[in-house]
Amino acid sequence: MYRWLLCFRYLKTRYIALASIISVTLGVATLIVVNSVMSGFAAEMHERLHGLASDIMIECHATGGMPDPEAHLREIERICGADIVGASVSVNVPGMLGIEYNGQQLGRHVSLIGLDPKTYDRVSDFGKYLLHPENQKNASFQLRDDGYAPGRQELEQSGWEHRRRRVAHDRAMAKEREMMEELRRKASGQSAKPAAEAIADQSNDAAAAPSMGGVFSEELLEGSEGELPAEVDPMTEQFPGIILGISTCSVRSRNADGEVVDFYYAQPGDDVRMIFPNASTDTKVINQKFTVVDLYESGMSEYDSTFAFVRLDQLQEFRGMVDPATGVRSVTTIQLKLAEGADLNAVRDALRRRFPPDMYAYNIQTWRDLQGPLLSAVRLETTILNILLFLIIAVAGFGILATFFMIVVEKTRDIGTLKALGASGRGVMSIFLSYGLLLGFVGSGAGLIGGLLFVDNINSIAGLVESATGQEVFDPTVYYFTEIPTIVHPFTLVWVMLGAVGIAVLASVLPAMRAARMHPVQALRFE
Amino acid sequence: MNRPIVLAARGLKKSYHKDRIDVPVLRGVDVKVQQGLVTALVGRSGSGKSTLMHLLATLDRPDEGEVRFQGRRIDNASRATRDRYRNRDLGIIFQFYHLLPELTAIENVLAPAMIGQSVWSYFASRRENRCRAEAMLDRVGLLHRSSHRPCEMSGGEMQRVAIARALMTDPKLLLADEPTGNLDTETGQEILRLLNELNENDGLTILMITHDDEIAASADVCWRMQDGLIQSQDAEERRRPVRARRSSPETDPASPIGTNAA
Repeated sequence: MYRWLLCFRYLKTRYIALASIISVTLGVATLIVVNSVMSGFAAEMHERLHGLASDIMIECHATGGMPDPEAHLREIERICGADIVGASVSVNVPGMLGIEYNGQQLGRHVSLIGLDPKTYDRVSDFGKYLLHPENQKNASFQLRDDGYAPGRQELEQSGWEHRRRRVAHDRAMAKEREMMEELRRKASGQSAKPAAEAIADQSNDAAAAPSMGGVFSEELLEGSEGELPAEVDPMTEQFPGIILGISTCSVRSRNADGEVVDFYYAQPGDDVRMIFPNASTDTKVINQKFTVVDLYESGMSEYDSTFAFVRLDQLQEFRGMVDPATGVRSVTTIQLKLAEGADLNAVRDALRRRFPPDMYAYNIQTWRDLQGPLLSAVRLETTILNILLFLIIAVAGFGILATFFMIVVEKTRDIGTLKALGASGRGVMSIFLSYGLLLGFVGSGAGLIGGLLFVDNINSIAGLVESATGQEVFDPTVYYFTEIPTIVHPFTLVWVMLGAVGIAVLASVLPAMRAARMHPVQALRFE
Repeated sequence: MNRPIVLAARGLKKSYHKDRIDVPVLRGVDVKVQQGLVTALVGRSGSGKSTLMHLLATLDRPDEGEVRFQGRRIDNASRATRDRYRNRDLGIIFQFYHLLPELTAIENVLAPAMIGQSVWSYFASRRENRCRAEAMLDRVGLLHRSSHRPCEMSGGEMQRVAIARALMTDPKLLLADEPTGNLDTETGQEILRLLNELNENDGLTILMITHDDEIAASADVCWRMQDGLIQSQDAEERRRPVRARRSSPETDPASPIGTNAA
């Protein structure tokens, strides 16, 4: 009884001890903030990584892909049907994106993905990251009139309106060029015949202009434009739709005022060119025009800068992945979505046993395997931060140790008095242990409250720091999140609290033992 | 009159070690504290009287000899037994009061009860404890200051609180280590009067260390201590009315204090 009374009184009267506990408070608060932000980031990243990557991916390395995906799916169903709730097939092929901009061709290497519009949403969150609100619900490869990315000024006019204006502008430019050419020719007195051909070429190219034929030799190029209506009227019709990762066709920078500006080389309504290999063993390059119908922004720069999506059936046809005799189509990738709580690795291993790598050129991976290095880097970072911060609290523990020794010396006479009044050594010891416990609770409780308040207001605090220092805490050119994501795990809180209180108690053990061993006579004589 | 012996010591020896030299403090002390009497222990500084009291209070252990409380040997009893002995059977007051500065007067008085009882039994009987503590404070005339801290009190008041604390557990014996040593004469007289009252009215047995011969003279029994031995034991029982009057101390030619006081 007296021990609690005394340690409460000590708590109220010894401010030096409270000062020593401040480091515990700060350590606990920092731990909570760091863990919340880290797990917020990790969760956001997981969600994004997992959003596009399905649970399990079966990739075929062969350029021609795996024929008859339905048979594969039936086989997979037979092996681990219970765990599988969704499946989709796709064709992944490396490609080069060509964007015509100001008369120049901008090239980007991309990963071209043929998506099955009927089944893609069973395995991933692909649609969620599209800009057009309608496409987010149900992705379409048809260009929409308008309404792309509400709130984004640069994309306000995207859609058919943009396309029509663009085409009108292009035509006016072409006409002007034609006139200029004619004037020039007249001036130099050349015959009109080749000029007419040239103009004819150009007008032909209005549909598929300007060709990159010069880049590849003619034999390599397999023009597939012939399969399309050559007389596409860009005013009213579109090429096959393509959805581009937002960073493949835009750059993000700051203007002179320090505001973040996006600049789009291509936006929904523009035509772009895709160059990719066909599926035959005698590889040819296909050069195909597509119309951008939407942009994909996941916030993962790796995805946003490398992915381009088209319709699966179109890509299969372009690449010649349809058996002309039987009509059986091939795919390169099978994506599987597993039931909640299913063991990813077990399913993966079962599939690997069924499709052993020495017989099938398949690479079967879970999404964690795919993103393994990134995920483990984040995990490592969190672990190291936790260790470092706990070391801070441990250092605070030594501060408590020193302060407690001081208090024990200061209280020597009181300890003697208590022993003279019949208090046992253990009782005296427990005074200081409970004092440490109480201090630990007070310190880590204050840290807990402070940390939670900080986490709760982290974005306004970041704003304050920004306005005070002019330094952007959370640079939107680097991160795609506009807000700092945080997640508070109650388990982490408990763990941090227990750790901090434990350290405070441990630090008070030695001083408490010293107090307990104090000889009452010497303690009473102590001046 | 043959009074029962509350506390007895036989052949107590104690020496301290300083730089590997044994400094003997007690060299075979035999004492008996009789119930219901005020016993004074006088001696110069360094004569060993404080050490003797510490041994009697089991705050320290003798090198040789034994201490018996009500016939039971306690100097070599277990730690818990000795703690209980100090808590329940002894009341101790000190020259420097030794109140706990963080606690109020009433809490200081309650301290022995808190120490002696577990949390649960203390809570179960906290009303009785509080009543008793208030009664004790009232007894020493300080009930109105029960919520004051020691730092807000004068020396005499602190000593009275210390007496109330010592009486809290209804001890069989009150050990007082120079209870007036740190007080002015008048306040010291008050404290002595209070102790005498306790002795007369409640029959409290008191063993008091002092170097004031006048105080010693007013005690029922007076031990003189010199060089670690009891030099003279004034075993003659003085009756109370006599004690109060008697002003000339038991003169002991061996004791320089005796001559001083005259």
